[in-house]
Amino acid sequence: MAAVESGPRTLISPAQLSRGRGRIIYWTVLGVMIPLFAALFLFPLYWMVTGGLKSPSQVVQTPPTLVPSQPEFHNYLTAWNDLGLGRLILNTVLYAGGALVFQVVFDVAAAYAISKLRPALGNVILFAMLAAMMIPATVLVLPQYLTANSLPFLHTSILNTPWVIWLPSVANGFNIFILKRFFDSVPADLLAAAALDGAGPFRTLWRVVLPISRPIIGVVSIFAAVNVWKDFLWPLLVLSEPSAQTINIGLYHLNYGIPEDVFIAALAIACVPTIVFFLIFQRNIMAGLTAGGVKG
Amino acid sequence: MSTESPVALRVNHPEGRPAGRPSPARGFRPSRRLRDNTAAYVLMIGGIFCFALFSWYPMIREVIMSFQKTNFAGETTWVGLANYRHIIGDPSFWGAWRATALFAALALVFGYAVPFVTAVVLNELRHWRGYFRLLVYLPVMIPPAAAAFLWKWFYTPDNSGLFNAVLHAVGLPTSQWLQSPRIALLCLVLFSTWSNMGAAVLVYLASLQGIPGELYDAAEIDGAGLLRRVWHVTVPQTRLILSLMLMLQVVATMQVFLEPLILTGGQSGTTTVVYLIYNYAFSFNNYGSAAALGILLLVVLLGFAGGYLWLSRRPEEAN
Repeated sequence: MAAVESGPRTLISPAQLSRGRGRIIYWTVLGVMIPLFAALFLFPLYWMVTGGLKSPSQVVQTPPTLVPSQPEFHNYLTAWNDLGLGRLILNTVLYAGGALVFQVVFDVAAAYAISKLRPALGNVILFAMLAAMMIPATVLVLPQYLTANSLPFLHTSILNTPWVIWLPSVANGFNIFILKRFFDSVPADLLAAAALDGAGPFRTLWRVVLPISRPIIGVVSIFAAVNVWKDFLWPLLVLSEPSAQTINIGLYHLNYGIPEDVFIAALAIACVPTIVFFLIFQRNIMAGLTAGGVKG
Repeated sequence: MSTESPVALRVNHPEGRPAGRPSPARGFRPSRRLRDNTAAYVLMIGGIFCFALFSWYPMIREVIMSFQKTNFAGETTWVGLANYRHIIGDPSFWGAWRATALFAALALVFGYAVPFVTAVVLNELRHWRGYFRLLVYLPVMIPPAAAAFLWKWFYTPDNSGLFNAVLHAVGLPTSQWLQSPRIALLCLVLFSTWSNMGAAVLVYLASLQGIPGELYDAAEIDGAGLLRRVWHVTVPQTRLILSLMLMLQVVATMQVFLEPLILTGGQSGTTTVVYLIYNYAFSFNNYGSAAALGILLLVVLLGFAGGYLWLSRRPEEAN
């Protein structure tokens, strides 16, 4: 924080900000921005949490009340106990965690092999993987769905199983792109030294390359987990069983036929895991996102 | 060092050796290449399998399906361009493209400009920086379906809805929001901007912090005012990331689906192209038409990406 404040100058020079008119304008802008951000980004959440505490008649009351007169905490209990939210959240965690592991293992291995072992046809495979990045996800969901419904040769369906989330998530050209770029920057001397010590390609990957790849693997992991958590169209198609659904899809199907106050309480509960996760790992997530986006 | 270099050469550049200059270690080179190739393919097999199954094969299948009539119950027949003729003749075809283009255009006005301006302003603030970053990123962390239902509730057309209640309280006319064909798409864009802008703001902030302060000093000495400094220093210095985000955003907004599905159910002129694909495939079991429309969307988006690459090449050529 202190480093940022005494950092290099930005658009407006520090001298201009610290005296006379500049100073007044600065504090006015700051004074407007703080409540404005609270109104835009905190108040909707407040409205959701208190909406879950209102009675059905209070939810549709005109004009709405800012504070629920008789908070109905049992809405939250009903939402949690009767709607199976725990199951939905657990499913999502399972899918996100598995997708993270599969992506890190398969994509790191493939990118390392292409970058450092330079196999025959490696460039063709790289091109095909990167070309996949150009295909919009929504264009492919239909044939992907049909493929998952009946795998080639095996003729089994992986719909409503975790595999249907995990395996397609590996086919991520962006991961291959940033990982290969990172491995290309690993000095060849380092690998040569490992080879001198008698390490084969696998040992080199495990003992030398992976330890220095932690930051980039962190970026891939964050994107993997966030993508599963945010994805909607694909899980909507392939997870029709209520017991297998993610939180997004579960909420979508729950929308019908339950009282609005309980549903709002369910929305509030659904937001808790990611927000708590974000508050705990805020620093890492933000550093990872911005580093990955700009320099990656 | 001198004893190490031949080995290093052999390890680093196994295939980079100019032809006709035999290496002293030629004897065991083939086995080493074989070992590296085997290892490489063992490492790549998982990735290749997933890409083949869920990216390469589906792409081919999408193209094939767009020329077929199939429902996976009866027989599959080749129908040539009939699927394409059918979707273009569909009364909802042009409406869907109009809604998609309008959504993308409105998202450019709001979703593209707002995060950049926000980032530029936040970058000037010396206090409460953590607070601003945290708050702007909060909506990104909400499950998108939950956020969409939340906004659907805010948009309630009578005065019990949050937005109408606020407008009413300050004496402004209220609105039908999502049920008004005139502004329904705008409502979707506002929601989409709110829920996604945090990520863009953080990316812009990171790139703004990389601008050398001397550039602003120099511009100031040359007498450049605030807006001229933004235009002649800030924008050119972040040009790369700005244009990349522009392309990513247009490609993303042209595929909008969740917003119309949850907020409007495709009513009030908000049936977008992807929503129409979804309807063809999963409401009417018309896979051929869904595939054909998907191919059209792909062509449009690839055309856009190609145009982006062409435009972003030109400054370098001029140098």
